[in-house]
Amino acid sequence: MSVALPAADITRALMRISHEILERNSGSQSLVLLGIPTRGVHLAQRIASNIATIESATVPLGTLDITLHRDDLRMQPPRALMPTNIPSVGIDGRDVVLIDDVLFSGRTIRAALDALGEIGRPKSVQLAVLVDRGHRQLPIRPDFVGKNLPTSLTQSIKVHLMEMDGCDEVLLESQGGAS
Amino acid sequence: MKHLLSIADLTPTSAMSILDTAQEMSRVSASSVKKLPTLRGRTIVNLFLEDSTRTRISFEAAAKRLSADVINFSAKGSSVSKGESLKDTAQTLQAMGADAVIIRHSASGAAQWLADSEWMSGSVINAGDGTHEHPTQALLDAFTIRKHLGGGTGDLRGLQVAIVGDILHSRVARSNVQLLTLLGAQVILVAPPTLLPVGVESWPVQISYDLDAVLPIVDAVMMLRVQLERMNDFFFPNPREYSHFFGLNRDRLRTLKSGAIIMHPGPMNRGLEITADCADSARSVIVEQVTNGVSVRMAVLYLLLAGLQEEEPSVNS
Repeated sequence: MSVALPAADITRALMRISHEILERNSGSQSLVLLGIPTRGVHLAQRIASNIATIESATVPLGTLDITLHRDDLRMQPPRALMPTNIPSVGIDGRDVVLIDDVLFSGRTIRAALDALGEIGRPKSVQLAVLVDRGHRQLPIRPDFVGKNLPTSLTQSIKVHLMEMDGCDEVLLESQGGAS
Repeated sequence: MKHLLSIADLTPTSAMSILDTAQEMSRVSASSVKKLPTLRGRTIVNLFLEDSTRTRISFEAAAKRLSADVINFSAKGSSVSKGESLKDTAQTLQAMGADAVIIRHSASGAAQWLADSEWMSGSVINAGDGTHEHPTQALLDAFTIRKHLGGGTGDLRGLQVAIVGDILHSRVARSNVQLLTLLGAQVILVAPPTLLPVGVESWPVQISYDLDAVLPIVDAVMMLRVQLERMNDFFFPNPREYSHFFGLNRDRLRTLKSGAIIMHPGPMNRGLEITADCADSARSVIVEQVTNGVSVRMAVLYLLLAGLQEEEPSVNS
């Protein structure tokens, strides 16, 4: 097991992503940030507070659970649903930024796009992830990436965040525990 | 969990997971596009061999919001009225590829019988069997109580709920006693002795014959329908006397604790167990119970049908 991204790097990456989101959208007026449970929610909160510091503006922040839109529901036992909170401003005509911890096959994001379609019609949808590990199975790409981490399919990525796990780190684990 | 036959099959954890899932499902019911793709391609049969309005349409709405195909089947107008047996009906449904059967039947134990039989392989959901159980009604009642009195999360510890009326014939009462107790609430049954079942002393409840003494102390009062179709014996002298002692009226409404809610599983006999002004008062959550019923049934269908069914699956994975 090796540390791919230590705490300080995570903080820097999130700060950079916050700046990039503001740059791309020329400010924060039209933004809505949606975190995908569970860890994407905490990342979205951090990005929102970064933006509040940079622009002294509050960005509408919400969560989007995609469980009911997954394409692999029938392959696993039933999953517990996580909360979905759409900010009161809605998403119609807004620039929505989806935020998740790891981008892998792209299937979660496909499900998220389906879920968004049922809530409203955003002006644009952008994707911010802390780690892009490759191996996409769908034509989906991120707009903002904390770190590109080329992996093999036998490896796994573990993201730990202070809010849930007591520390900030991204770990790269090889099968069998050897690193 | 493959079937939902009885509240007795639930643990506090699995019951809570149904309520938590229902909480999320209620957001779907409140959104502008009330549709999810979750159960696309699944076939659900509403097998209602006893009359029902809200349970049947509630299950139908729940299944349709999750994109399942729904086949409605009622005794009237089907071969059941020509004398076809439950076995033949079940085998017909199996042959049509039903993934789940929601059954209401006038015989207690019909749902269990169908689930234990080898006539069909799908899930069985009990939507009321005789005087035995009506688990989804109890779940929606618990969900409604939790939303109003428990802050929308957690269990029902510390709450007192009165169930008033025809306990003897009520499957709603039997399911509710088990579920509310399982979730930590204290249940008080209020009924004339003739409408209490034999063996009620062994239930985990308090029993009272005096509605006026109970109303000021409870957080929720659940009025049961006087089941006139099952009143084939002398249970009470006449409807007016029943109303006088066990009906909820304007004077009794004033004695309720502040914040207490009035519930009724429907259909109501207005003027018998509950007066119109109580049923339509601000305390009444009777219409909301119907709305919550759809969310709870969506949660049950999701948990039973959406995932892979293993040999010993658990609701929380």
